[in-house]
Amino acid sequence: MTDFYGKGLLKGLGITFKHFMNTYLEDIRWLSRGKRRYFTEEGIENRKSIEARGIFTVQYPDEKLPVPEEFRFIPFLIYEVNGDGEKQDRCTSCGICAKVCPPQCIWIERTNDPDTGRPVPEPKEFYIDVDICMNCGLCAEFCPFDAIKMDHDYEISVYDRLEKNIYNKERLSRPVEYYASIRPTNYNREEAARAEAEAKKAARKAARKTEE
Amino acid sequence: MSEEVLVEQKTELEERFPEISRDERKGYAGFIVPAEKLVEFATGLRDEFGYDFLSSVTGVDYLPEEKLEVVYHAYKTTGGSELVYKVQVPRDNPVVPSLTPVFPGANLQEREAWDLVGIRFDGHPNLKRVLTWEGFEGHPLQKDWQEPFYEEDGKPFKSRWPGGDVIRSEDNNPFNKNVDYPEGFDPALWEPVGESAVYAGVGRLDHAVSETALSTDQIVVNLGPQHPSTHGVFRMVVRLEGETVVDLEPVMGYLHRNHEKIGERNTFLMNIPFTDRLDYFNSMSNNFGYVLAVEKLMGTKPPERAEYLRVMMAELTRIVNHLAAIGFLLNDLGAFFTPLLYAFEERELILDIFEAVSGSRMMCNYYRFAGMARDLPDGVFEQVKSLVLDRLPAKIDDLDTFLTNNEIIRARSIGVGVLTAEDAIAHSAVGPVLRASGVPYDVRRADPYGIYNRFEFDVAVRYHGDIYDRYLIRLDEIRQSIRILEQVIRDIPEGPIQEGKPQYQVRVPAGEAYGRVEGPKGELGFYVVSNGKPNPWRYHVRAPSFINLTALGVMGKNYKIADVVSILGSIDIVLGETDR
Repeated sequence: MTDFYGKGLLKGLGITFKHFMNTYLEDIRWLSRGKRRYFTEEGIENRKSIEARGIFTVQYPDEKLPVPEEFRFIPFLIYEVNGDGEKQDRCTSCGICAKVCPPQCIWIERTNDPDTGRPVPEPKEFYIDVDICMNCGLCAEFCPFDAIKMDHDYEISVYDRLEKNIYNKERLSRPVEYYASIRPTNYNREEAARAEAEAKKAARKAARKTEE
Repeated sequence: MSEEVLVEQKTELEERFPEISRDERKGYAGFIVPAEKLVEFATGLRDEFGYDFLSSVTGVDYLPEEKLEVVYHAYKTTGGSELVYKVQVPRDNPVVPSLTPVFPGANLQEREAWDLVGIRFDGHPNLKRVLTWEGFEGHPLQKDWQEPFYEEDGKPFKSRWPGGDVIRSEDNNPFNKNVDYPEGFDPALWEPVGESAVYAGVGRLDHAVSETALSTDQIVVNLGPQHPSTHGVFRMVVRLEGETVVDLEPVMGYLHRNHEKIGERNTFLMNIPFTDRLDYFNSMSNNFGYVLAVEKLMGTKPPERAEYLRVMMAELTRIVNHLAAIGFLLNDLGAFFTPLLYAFEERELILDIFEAVSGSRMMCNYYRFAGMARDLPDGVFEQVKSLVLDRLPAKIDDLDTFLTNNEIIRARSIGVGVLTAEDAIAHSAVGPVLRASGVPYDVRRADPYGIYNRFEFDVAVRYHGDIYDRYLIRLDEIRQSIRILEQVIRDIPEGPIQEGKPQYQVRVPAGEAYGRVEGPKGELGFYVVSNGKPNPWRYHVRAPSFINLTALGVMGKNYKIADVVSILGSIDIVLGETDR
């Protein structure tokens, strides 16, 4: 094998040339199959897959990478709409999320019922300072009521950070359907677990009744 | 059996040094050495007992006992577990003899202990602050030191629940919108007192005048803050003779936020996402080291499947890091961004996997005590499998062909920035820097943690200690990581991923523990002291990026100024970890 000065360089340039050509070859292949490689979901999926050849970037914001289900960005609170059409927070203001939060960016205001003096389950107010939130997801992980979950919406820039970056309960609340749409697997698993727990409870109740 | 050998050896050690006593506090181990005997002890340990590698020097404040303590972790480069020894000094006069003459690797670490804990090291050649600035008031890791906007000693803060009286953090800030100077402060009159100290540092010349026949002056040049090819907010002060570097001093701390003080305010669990922010390229291995240390204290272990997942993530992150390191090194050598982006293409695919399992590309927060945060979602295992088995090996070969025999790279890197094996060990260099100098020391093999003793892989080693070898060794390590990953994919069992129920308030018994992993940048250690409360008493990070910089002066001397930038690149530092 002959070695000459510049051989390594030329070989390296060969790799660069291959990368350069791959983009066009891939484009032609897609064209010949009558498919669009850019600005289509299929095209983006291909460019971020392990089949990607040539160009692998996307043109944000015209093209957006799909986020996986576990993607986490800023928590939100889940409410359900009950039979009377009233919003009902899943949150019981137990305070576990505020206690587990590493940067301590969650503030929860709990109130007592004026008549009985006992705490009301639903929080009076719920604040998250999103300037401080580090998107770690521990609040969602340790919430025993599946009431706080991490969002997928990462485009939350505002013009006035002084006013708008403390989210209150209203800004944080999302219907349970929204949660089911962004995290279907998690939602179904949690619902199944809840149904199972309820069935068990009912069975126990029934058993107790027959004993009586 | 190994336990017996250990005990026997320790008695031998105690016979040789009758002054030392065992550390008998509950949950503690090692020896307490009287301050005046420290240098003799450390020298003897190195020369007679083979503990030639001083890995970590940590200052700890035991406020209730009115004592400051320095904890030393020593290892043998031939492998084995640690030998811990400590020196205790009274809080009102904390003077400890410096180990820098015996182990130059203690240099930056002793400066850090002086800076943050306030322990003076007698005989240290250059004892000044390193992470905070000259003129900083107090030593922040002393237990009675309180930061601005101090709320309470430990989280969770009581104001968060059930009162819920929200305060915007910036309202606490006297600078508020960051446009006002404090009263009575005139920026025009301000003189940075620390600067002269820094320049005095590089003034320590062995020869005062020029060696060449020409009568020239040596000049001091600031490389940075920033530029040196922007590995981060880093600065080198160099003294030049023409174009040749005569003396070099790293200056750091521009990204300092006292991670360790934050860690002591946090609960044990809260620290996991904070470790992500140390070496932000490798949050997975940062998590790994920290949970290992806390698990040692708790005496728990994760289930089988979690062990395999840990190795899988740690090796993937090693590939990510080395790809980026090679790319940035090539940037420093002048191959602007093309190699880096080729490397980033593979990195993206791995980050996609991280995102799918943990929810975030870089700040993974995926490890938990005695388990993992969640199992692999559907389809991710197949993704890892096809990436590791089908794509990566060919792409690494591509990168190899692309760069390894390139004449320009060879000319710029062979024989440049040489660090000898002796120097590397003495300066406590770790990871690729140590192994490229011909010392086959890898924590995964020397002192296996997790389930690393089950895998077949070679410890990559190269012998020239120059930039070129530090580049090659990273390619070697990627190939070894792929080998490990192949075995993980083959063997990973089904099963639970968490031992017991996940808890947000873990009970950690009192004691000390040192957990270390072979991070992509080298030995990453976490020294955690618990006193049984929800927050750690001491939380110290042995940051490989920081300690590897101790050897930068040795590597950079007598090379041209243009080479210094690539020498820095070949160490592969991340400032999030260096400055902590």
